[in-house]
Amino acid sequence: MYKMQLLVCGGTGCRASASAQIVENLNASLKAHGLEEDAQVVTTGCFGFCEKGPIVKVIPDNTFYTQVKPEDAEEIIAEHVLKGRKVTRLLYENPKTQEHVADSKHMGFYQKQIRIALRNCGFINPENIDEYIARDGYSALAQVLADLTPQQAIDMVKQSGLRGRGGAGFPTGLKWEIASKNSADQKYVVCNADEGDPGAFMDRSILEGDPNSIIEAMAICGYCIGASKGLVYIRAEYPLAIKRLQIAIEQARECGLLGENILGSKFSFDMELRYGAGAFVCGEETALIHSMEGSRGEPTFKPPFPAQSGYLGKPTNVNNVETYANIPVIFLKGPEWFSSIGTEKSKGTKVFALAGKINNVGLIEVPMGITLREIIYEIGGGIKGGKKFKAVQTGGPSGGCLTQKHLDTPIDFDSLVAAGSMMGSGGMIVMDEDDCMVGIAKFYLEFIVEESCGKCTPCRVGNKRMLELLEKICNGKGNMGDLEQLRNLALVIKDTALCGLGQTSPNPVLSTLDNFYDEYLAHVQDKVCPAGQCRALRHYFINPDVCTGCTLCARNCPVQAITGEKRQPHTINQEICIHCGVCYQKCKFNAITVQ
Amino acid sequence: METIKLTIDNKAVEVPKGTTVLKAAKQAGIHIPTLCYMNMEHLGIENKPGGCRVCVCEVQGRKTLVPACVTECTEGMDVKTHSLRVLNSRRTVVELLLSDHPKDCLTCLKSGRCELQALANMMGIREIHCEATAAMSTYRKDASPALIRDMDKCVMCRSCETVCNDVQTVGALSAVNRGFMAVVAPAFEQELTDSPCTFCGQCVAVCPTGALTEVDHTPKVIRALADPAKTVVVQTAPAVRAALGEEFGYPAGTSVTGKMAAALRALGFDKVFDTDFAADLTIMEEGTELLDRISRHLQGDKSVRLPILTSCCPAWVNFFECNYPDMLDVPSTARSPQQMFGSVAKTYLAKKMGIKREDMVVVSIMPCLAKKYECQREEFSVDGNPDVDYALSTRELAQLIKMANIDFRSLPDEDFDHPMGESTGAGVIFGVTGGVIEAATRTAYEVFTGKKLEKVDFTELRGLEGIRTATVDFNGTPIHIGIAHTLGNARKLLDGIKKGMYNFHAIEIMACPGGCIGGAGQPLHRGNSSFIKARMEAIYKEDAGKPIRKSHENPEIIALYEDFLGKPLSEKSHHLLHTHYFGHPKK
Repeated sequence: MYKMQLLVCGGTGCRASASAQIVENLNASLKAHGLEEDAQVVTTGCFGFCEKGPIVKVIPDNTFYTQVKPEDAEEIIAEHVLKGRKVTRLLYENPKTQEHVADSKHMGFYQKQIRIALRNCGFINPENIDEYIARDGYSALAQVLADLTPQQAIDMVKQSGLRGRGGAGFPTGLKWEIASKNSADQKYVVCNADEGDPGAFMDRSILEGDPNSIIEAMAICGYCIGASKGLVYIRAEYPLAIKRLQIAIEQARECGLLGENILGSKFSFDMELRYGAGAFVCGEETALIHSMEGSRGEPTFKPPFPAQSGYLGKPTNVNNVETYANIPVIFLKGPEWFSSIGTEKSKGTKVFALAGKINNVGLIEVPMGITLREIIYEIGGGIKGGKKFKAVQTGGPSGGCLTQKHLDTPIDFDSLVAAGSMMGSGGMIVMDEDDCMVGIAKFYLEFIVEESCGKCTPCRVGNKRMLELLEKICNGKGNMGDLEQLRNLALVIKDTALCGLGQTSPNPVLSTLDNFYDEYLAHVQDKVCPAGQCRALRHYFINPDVCTGCTLCARNCPVQAITGEKRQPHTINQEICIHCGVCYQKCKFNAITVQ
Repeated sequence: METIKLTIDNKAVEVPKGTTVLKAAKQAGIHIPTLCYMNMEHLGIENKPGGCRVCVCEVQGRKTLVPACVTECTEGMDVKTHSLRVLNSRRTVVELLLSDHPKDCLTCLKSGRCELQALANMMGIREIHCEATAAMSTYRKDASPALIRDMDKCVMCRSCETVCNDVQTVGALSAVNRGFMAVVAPAFEQELTDSPCTFCGQCVAVCPTGALTEVDHTPKVIRALADPAKTVVVQTAPAVRAALGEEFGYPAGTSVTGKMAAALRALGFDKVFDTDFAADLTIMEEGTELLDRISRHLQGDKSVRLPILTSCCPAWVNFFECNYPDMLDVPSTARSPQQMFGSVAKTYLAKKMGIKREDMVVVSIMPCLAKKYECQREEFSVDGNPDVDYALSTRELAQLIKMANIDFRSLPDEDFDHPMGESTGAGVIFGVTGGVIEAATRTAYEVFTGKKLEKVDFTELRGLEGIRTATVDFNGTPIHIGIAHTLGNARKLLDGIKKGMYNFHAIEIMACPGGCIGGAGQPLHRGNSSFIKARMEAIYKEDAGKPIRKSHENPEIIALYEDFLGKPLSEKSHHLLHTHYFGHPKK
């Protein structure tokens, strides 16, 4: 038994910051100090606190070292492991009090979190199935196989109130029940790991940090619906997740947890991976299935639903990674326990990828019903640089922008939809006063236009036309008719697009039109971008009282828009100016103002 | 049968379970406009990607509008097909399509026959709202010897893709690219000539817009007609006469052979001949080849390749060259009637008329677009001078007649010129599926058995089923015959043969549904098959009305052999009337 364990984050983010080297150095220092028997270094999955990575956590005392560099390894071993003294300079510093926080239990980032889907991320070595088993791994599967009929197991999932975490929030137990009732010689369990929202990485983190939980859940699902084959559709850009999943599958097979007659039962189940090329639309379940079949990844009309006719025309249950990650816990702790967390219609927790203008960027798991205010100001540590909060975008490109007035809305599936956004897969991007909401809508639309499959007219052409209108508005060429046209297009696309992605693609436009109409008006009527982000709407002027006539701006202007005599105040010809801002950057006397 | 009751626009409708809203509405006499939807009932194939969203309707209780073409009726459904919400959405969707569509309607080949144009007109669209800033998705033009792809005009209805893959199993076309630039194209956006395309042209036949069209040979033909130094002779394929009338307001199935000959003469062609004559010639060659192979086979010659496959259809030739390079010695080496005609015209006829080969221009009127490619194949030319100079489609002939101000309907019936205008009923039926093999059987039977055929009509070889088989009794020797139309059925048949499932002596294959009468050069049909039966009846009626119905009894054919060729499969025949095939499509 080791007295101490050093958990080093091996997620993609921390690895990019040399966490593998940290592990190596820690091991070398342990050896140099002869401490190999006392302490163990473990590479784990993501801790979620990516803002401050790479993370090294020491247990049992929960010391949480942030932004660790490989050269810090020796000090951690020499001081903390050998002498029992924490390395204060590496501890997390509370941004409000500037005090160092001794352990993770006292960090604001973790205090409001409940980690169910992420329960093992940052605790176990994802490449060692024994560590998963040691934390009750596969005992849910064992319990289901030994004690429950498929219907009893489905009933437990139904009682838990778990809803799909991929976006739409369809009740998981009901989905399983439908698939179980459709009889066929072969059925399939599919895990949707085609995480495509910009900035979202919860599925990747789960697969990197706790791949066995997905295998266990898929096997349970297979037992429930009567499928012997599981498929994980994962994007090829997730090499680490793929590798760890492959290792986990291999180890599960060796342990008899996958394959024929699992744990001595009559149930057989095995799984394999299918790689996606990273198309956003392949996160839509029918498109995903077509892609797995080797066809063009584009959606088809539902019904038939995959539960009726899915992969190769057979009944198929498709759930998202995070949904599966919740399954074993429901059996271990009971559906009552699970449904005690959350709101009336949204049970359990939700993982969000917190990003944007916020202090604590990272991956968080919070109970349903928590407010945006708690997430942003307590877990997220408030807005960066003390700026003013403006909006939060949830649900990725399919979601909408919520504002100040929504800060105290409890977050769950239904309240987000009621507020004009959606849960989506869990992207949460915070914006401050410097963000232009028209520009934000344009950003998401650019993504949609790039990622539309092109099958249906509204999404293929309509979104392109909306983008062109937004570009026109941001360039100061918009008129009131364009706003009307924008709204009409958005509503028609919502009403007529073929798949869920197309139908929700106008949400960023609609929600910003609803919540930030005055910003649109400013762009269209006053030709002004209140946030100063739209370049074409920025106007530069030279304050004659401050200008010294040094000519630096005139010499750097790429279009010769600035004229004036030496040592005399200069002027900018607004008709020639291209709003590039070079003069503003070059002026040493702050003589140039932006309006 | 379980039925469903629903209301559409307040009308009560009862339909069998599984019926779509579109079909239920049709049953109730309500026309919901569509664009991408195409029903090829005769082939049992529907194109319904549900992509254009023109047919959206409002269903009470549903959050979004639903596409009528793919939405199944449910009990108690309340459908509105023209509510304000529906009309606004439908109109916006059509406007969006128009915003990404070239506005050259005045000069577009499909003008007046374009379904997008018709929709815009129906919706009364007089303005495209976002046009000022609207970028267009544009693509490289692709002009093959037969087909032209102008994908700027593609509306992503996917009809061509369905025909190319599901009906023809050619696999030349599929959707490529994403989003705004998504389009139907050969893999890697190759040109058609580098793809497995057979130029069957069925994609053109189903394209609702001007995205897929044929290469227009009419200007060249007009120039040749105007050149006093040229003798321009024309040949008309069997299926043309059964469909040309449709372009002039005659009901489908009206045979207009006489008026067609009169119109061609009025257009200024020096000689108006009949491809049916060459069809009779084909029977002489192909039939003799068939008998030769069967006789050798019956004598135990193991080197004989059976079944013999017909080779009249140029798309089919392209198809087996591309897909069955290991079976190149199986098809008959006989050239198609079009090419036999050209090669005889520029030798036998030119000599007879006392003109030089270079001064003769051979034009063919074909129901087919692959013929445009076929006449350009290198092996069908002498020193760069092609045997057939230009192949016009039935549609192009109609265009020429209209252009020349000829009142088709008031033309008198005229006869073909001679000596290449005489034909038998056997030549006529080349235009329908099963016709070539029936014509061959009529001759082969008499030659093989030495007996006179009692009953000329082999009804067992007729019909519209995709794959048909029959056994004909050749005086005690059973001859097994297979027939397939559409290349998908051809593939099934050939794969079956390779697996040893069939034991045929002869097989006829036509690439187009129904045979040449359903060819891609015929008046456009967009998958509507109701005309096929009518055209077929017209052909069989024409056959029945012919005084001579067996190719070997055609006096002009007999004279051709006596004066010029000697006998079938003679050295001269081999030189002029036979060909060989290439493992890689020679494009």
